[in-house]
Amino acid sequence: MMRFIHQLASPPYFYHFSGKVLPWFLGLFLVFLSYGLYGGLVLAPTDYQQGESYRIIYIHVPAAWMSLFIYMVMAISGAIGLIWHIKLADVVAISSAPIGAMFTLLALVTGSIWGKPMWGTWWEWEARLTSELVLLFLYLGVIALYNAVEDKRTASRAIAILALVGVVNIPIIHYSVEWWNTLHQGPTVTKFDKPSIHLSMLLPLLSMAVAFKVYYGIGLLVRARNELLQRERNTGWVRELLHDE
Amino acid sequence: MNNLNEFLHMGGYGAYVWSAYGITFVAMILAVVIPLRQHSSLRQRLIKQFKRKK
Amino acid sequence: MSSLSLTKAFVTLLRRDLLLVMRRRSEAVNPVLFFIIVTSLFPFGTSSDTALLQQIAPGIVWVAALLAAMLSLDAIFRSDFEDGSLEQLMLSPHPASVLVLAKVMAHWLVTGVPLLIAAPFMALLYGLPSEALPTLLISLLIGTPVLSLVGSVGVALTVALRQGGVILSLLVLPLYVPVLIFGSGAVELAVQGFSPAANLYMLSAILALAVVFTPWPASAALRLSLS
Repeated sequence: MMRFIHQLASPPYFYHFSGKVLPWFLGLFLVFLSYGLYGGLVLAPTDYQQGESYRIIYIHVPAAWMSLFIYMVMAISGAIGLIWHIKLADVVAISSAPIGAMFTLLALVTGSIWGKPMWGTWWEWEARLTSELVLLFLYLGVIALYNAVEDKRTASRAIAILALVGVVNIPIIHYSVEWWNTLHQGPTVTKFDKPSIHLSMLLPLLSMAVAFKVYYGIGLLVRARNELLQRERNTGWVRELLHDE
Repeated sequence: MNNLNEFLHMGGYGAYVWSAYGITFVAMILAVVIPLRQHSSLRQRLIKQFKRKK
Repeated sequence: MSSLSLTKAFVTLLRRDLLLVMRRRSEAVNPVLFFIIVTSLFPFGTSSDTALLQQIAPGIVWVAALLAAMLSLDAIFRSDFEDGSLEQLMLSPHPASVLVLAKVMAHWLVTGVPLLIAAPFMALLYGLPSEALPTLLISLLIGTPVLSLVGSVGVALTVALRQGGVILSLLVLPLYVPVLIFGSGAVELAVQGFSPAANLYMLSAILALAVVFTPWPASAALRLSLS
């Protein structure tokens, strides 16, 4: 297992391995997506409080979870690259940023669309919405900083520092619904006693969450391959790889 | 869910539900398709560069 | 220089930065001027209805303070970066984090403290009840050092970049938001007659975290920018 991880850190091995693995990820994504969508849109019963509009939950919540998860992956891989100078860790960090930004934006947009019929407003300046918006700016800052620095190795170190400083926002987002009793719904899934959501709604939700994680894997691998090719374009393995074309 | 019409109507919230799903769907597809295209054009560019250097 | 104790190095650097600022006194006044202008502009742009102004005063004073701090952040490192003295500083045997702390403190003394003096006047202009004034001062006292500390990380990351100033705002503003929320929240609570204690405690906690956790990323970022 450790040897495999070690091998993965080598750019040519990673490139070839990710190429082979991508179709499987796609298949896995489609499987979980299908069950999630069917279970959520067709099978799950109507919510007695919110009617049919609650079904936005099956994309809103997984998107929000991904926005936080991807940031942590970005910060951790950035730290690994910073401390141990592992090229692939740097690549994973910058490849994750645009995907994380997308999910953050989707969480905000779907939340806003859901909120209009529910709360009567497209936006409300309260704890969770505000901190999720801040998260979006953090992602954009990472992308902007990376593009502004010419030497990409230096750029990777810079965004690793930035991402680490921004990590404080993650617990704030997560716990904000508990600290401030404001507009947004309280925690329902990650409470440690039984989640207060019905199983027929919970299962599709979790399935969508898994589907989104697999999707992140797909997006990450595709972008990482690009970044790797760019960075390593003058090396032997890239030459050999493309020579066979 | 009894029939297709009810499904699309979503108890009156159809516009909200489907625009949310639609935006998400489009964004997620684009976010993968665009890098994939960049990948092929990157490969083409690099191949041309190598051919020229030969 | 290695015979200098750490405390002496800190104090020496602090005094040197303050001296440099004193020589360009007109520049030092800019952040405060900006603060006064911004807070004066709002009533023209919104409305002169006293009740409304009273309501938004805490937010406006805090946003203006935030913007003023951000505009003057560049000064912490740029001139030293450009004339090479930053490189010399980083070469010293003293831990870079402590030296960064000295420069940040100089920035706060020059930018944050004058705000403490100007803010109460602006607050009175907006008809802020005088009972809320102590809270305003305390929140600024605790919050402005955080602005300097967190801002120093942003400046360190962007000092070598061409469009550094623009990116600096993008990087630093999200990190400023919690300070803004707790700071203006405290003043709002005081205006309404409630106790601002919880918000002020949160601000203090943020300050403690910032003092401990920002010098290292800032010095690491400086090393990056210098390379």
